[in-house]
Amino acid sequence: MKFHELNAREIASKVRSGELKATEVLEKTLAHIKFVDGQPGVLDGVIRSAEEENKVHAFIEVTESLAHQQAEEVDRKVNAGQNPGLLAGVPISIKDIFCIEGIRSTAASRILANFYPPYTATTVEKLQNAGALIVGKVNLDEFTFGSSSESSAFQPCPFNPWDPTRIVGGSSGGSAASVAAYEVPLSLGTDTGGSIRQPAALCGVVGLKPTYGRVSRYGLIAFGSSLDCPGPLARNAADAALMLQVIAGLDPRDATTTVVEPVDYLAALDKDLRGLRIGLSPDYGHIAYPDFETGEVTYEPLQDEVSQSTRDAAETLAKAGAEIVEGVPMPNSRFGIPAYFVISRVEAASNLHRFDGVKYGYHTSKPVKDLNELYRLTRAEGFGNQPKLRILMGMYVSASQHSANYYHKALKVRGMIRNDFVQAFDKNGKYAIDLLMTPSTPTTAFKRKAIFGNTVLMQYSDQMNVCANHAGIPAVTIPVGFDAKGLPLGIQFIGPDYREDLVLQAAHGYEQATAEAAWRSRRPVVLGQGKEQA
Amino acid sequence: MGPEKITPEMFDRLVVLAALGLEEGEAVYLREELNHQLAAVKELSEIQVDPDVEEKPHGLDCLGANPRKDEWVAFPNPEKIRALAPEIQDGMIAVPDVAKISGGAG
Repeated sequence: MKFHELNAREIASKVRSGELKATEVLEKTLAHIKFVDGQPGVLDGVIRSAEEENKVHAFIEVTESLAHQQAEEVDRKVNAGQNPGLLAGVPISIKDIFCIEGIRSTAASRILANFYPPYTATTVEKLQNAGALIVGKVNLDEFTFGSSSESSAFQPCPFNPWDPTRIVGGSSGGSAASVAAYEVPLSLGTDTGGSIRQPAALCGVVGLKPTYGRVSRYGLIAFGSSLDCPGPLARNAADAALMLQVIAGLDPRDATTTVVEPVDYLAALDKDLRGLRIGLSPDYGHIAYPDFETGEVTYEPLQDEVSQSTRDAAETLAKAGAEIVEGVPMPNSRFGIPAYFVISRVEAASNLHRFDGVKYGYHTSKPVKDLNELYRLTRAEGFGNQPKLRILMGMYVSASQHSANYYHKALKVRGMIRNDFVQAFDKNGKYAIDLLMTPSTPTTAFKRKAIFGNTVLMQYSDQMNVCANHAGIPAVTIPVGFDAKGLPLGIQFIGPDYREDLVLQAAHGYEQATAEAAWRSRRPVVLGQGKEQA
Repeated sequence: MGPEKITPEMFDRLVVLAALGLEEGEAVYLREELNHQLAAVKELSEIQVDPDVEEKPHGLDCLGANPRKDEWVAFPNPEKIRALAPEIQDGMIAVPDVAKISGGAG
């Protein structure tokens, strides 16, 4: 096995035992990043050579010196016989939406291009305290507003490691790409409407959205405050469980973190699939899509291979002992995207009002006659199109004359979507399922620039994911193979409140049942054939 | 009935309220996308919702800790916050004249 194929648990185990030094792990990781990642995303950047077309471009910044300090501290603790932590020596990339004191934190926006936060996000602090090596900040859609990572002000945006002409998904696109290209075994992302799961699925890795409140949002640059969930991206369910073990828990600095104690997520993986009731819903078998002129909704089928892979996965799970329950109704799932268009935009508009060129961030260099002009010019020059659009939409649908039809209606629809899940998971109900299984995305990764700019179609690529955010419940995506073009396919398990253990158990069970599948030996094209470093 | 449409006049008003400034091409694109998004949410305004259904500010009922006391806690390094401001005067964040916005009404 090549060094960069070691998973997080293997690295931590070797470092903790002294078999491997954290500084050695870091050296090899940085060499591999240099080999596959190419030029980092920079403001107004362009591809500099043909060779760069086949690189990943996951990173905005590699934080080599920070990671060196952390690696030396881990090695010191091991040498001194002290506990170096659960993630000792494990290289981790961080979506550039989390604040790290003294490290530039851009949200992939010009307006924060030179922002050095005076404090560190709780999640990052916990990772550091557990011995992780923070090797860099990875690219995303500007302020997380998108599903392809193309809206980043820092270009080039990440390219899909399985086919660099295609998107990585988003908004945690740099996180998914860095894990898929074996640059790091783990990445910290965020999921507001599918932003961990959709890119994870399109890049062929595992992505976990925890229950809302399971993981602290302190130090996360906010998008939709009632929806945002930090969570792990990994190459297998056990590594995702390991990271969740570290970052989960109550945080006095985030009043929405839950008092419900985290369980031992790694121990949950020892349970097999026997007796698990896994539901399939016909309402996840298509996407509902609006006509721009009439607003009428039509139903479009999913990509055939996506539907087939879900049926195949159900068969595999059934053979492993799970009970498959067909026909679980999720009648309100079709309203997931419309309700998201409203709720997330209202919250985004509210959160973006703080960027005004006065306290921090970008400040127009043009002369201004008054404060109002300072605000207007700073925001005009600092924000890209997607933040501007979300501010405008959020303000419109929450205006007093429109809010009853849109914002307040969307908040009620969120309750209806949640009720679908509550009924399906009800142990005394008709279906009494433990988990719902769905495709992770309507299609596999599409070509870069194919959809970018069409904000409605782009949003609908999250249709399989967004209802879990409305309901606040946990969900995980796992890879299940490839389509005829060699692009990753994924399935998603959605579980009841605070049952991350259950979704991880199913994910791990599927991995065990397919451990010898031929598709698992495939590697992304960006790794080359026989050219790998380290 | 077709979806609601935002007219150029309504759009211009919205842009002012949002404290944004847009180039012409940018405004055309954003208004078109805004109208497409309104088409996507049209069905929300038409859904008949049972009067018993409550608005949900969060998906699940947050089981957070009791709210902490509303007490002022000093940030340990205020100079780090001030250092982020584009303009500082006498240790305070400086802003352009506000009075001009309201025509000097004070």
